[in-house]
Amino acid sequence: MFVLAELKDTVRIPPWEFKRKLNDAITDELNRKLANKVYNDVGLCIALHDITKIEESYIFPGDGASHTKVVFRYIVFRPFMEEILIGKIRSCSVDGVHVTLGFFEDIVIPPHKLQHPSRFDQMEQAWVWEYDTGDGEKHDLFMDAGEIIRFRVISETFTEALPTGPNMSSETETSEAKNTSPYSLGGAIDEQGLGLLTWWENT
Amino acid sequence: MEVLKDCSAYLSNYEVLNILQNIKSDKKQKMKQNQLASITYQTVRYLEETPCKRQIPEKIRGFLKALEPYNLTKCEKLTVLNMSPKTPLEIQLIIEDSEDRLTDDEVNSLLQVVANFLGEDEQDG
Repeated sequence: MFVLAELKDTVRIPPWEFKRKLNDAITDELNRKLANKVYNDVGLCIALHDITKIEESYIFPGDGASHTKVVFRYIVFRPFMEEILIGKIRSCSVDGVHVTLGFFEDIVIPPHKLQHPSRFDQMEQAWVWEYDTGDGEKHDLFMDAGEIIRFRVISETFTEALPTGPNMSSETETSEAKNTSPYSLGGAIDEQGLGLLTWWENT
Repeated sequence: MEVLKDCSAYLSNYEVLNILQNIKSDKKQKMKQNQLASITYQTVRYLEETPCKRQIPEKIRGFLKALEPYNLTKCEKLTVLNMSPKTPLEIQLIIEDSEDRLTDDEVNSLLQVVANFLGEDEQDG
């Protein structure tokens, strides 16, 4: 679920950081820039792993800061396709089950990827697996918020947040800001062994 | 910024937990870096609830050696390590086409390997 991404960047170190070791200053700068942010098509950046190369530093006219090209490796959250993960149910809605890992929240299991047959209970605001007990009876298994859930990662979407133009009407702007998360995962629990951990405890 | 390789290596949960705990204990850094502090805190909290909390490098090394005869892919080994499966059902989820690739005996011995190397101090934890 975590990978190392190799990146290259020019790091600007302001003059008041010159008294520190260059490595420490660069480490701080890279973490300030990337930690807890989604890098498009790479994943959610967690923390700097190591710096593999530091090139010579340059000073440009009109700027007292130094600029250094560095190659470094960053710890990134990017589960591979088909990976099995364990998370917690954040909420249920008609769009599916929303799952959180604590540090990453944009995971949705769409209705057609839930155990079959499932229905959405409007009263309880929860998805229910209508488990067939075999003797013609149905047993309702609720998926309540806070439950631990095991799921398979089946899709990922990166959305690049582009600066909005000035002539956008205010309505579309607000609705868009709500829906777009830069990196979201799609999950599935439509297999034996997937879903709430308690469902499978005795198998 | 430029991406040279978006995935130059896979990290196990244990490795990430280890690195993040080091960052967390470095107090000086924590004070200044809000984003780093929060993502580190949240990720550590998540990882501490996974089996990697009990792992140590020697056990992982022995575990990977013991896995060799099963012919698993890199990702499958990594997931087995991260999840420490306890039931044949979990093995079936993690390993693609496990019915064709592993016999029932092999699945059971694989579970035994997991228990031997990764599940030992279960009672204390």
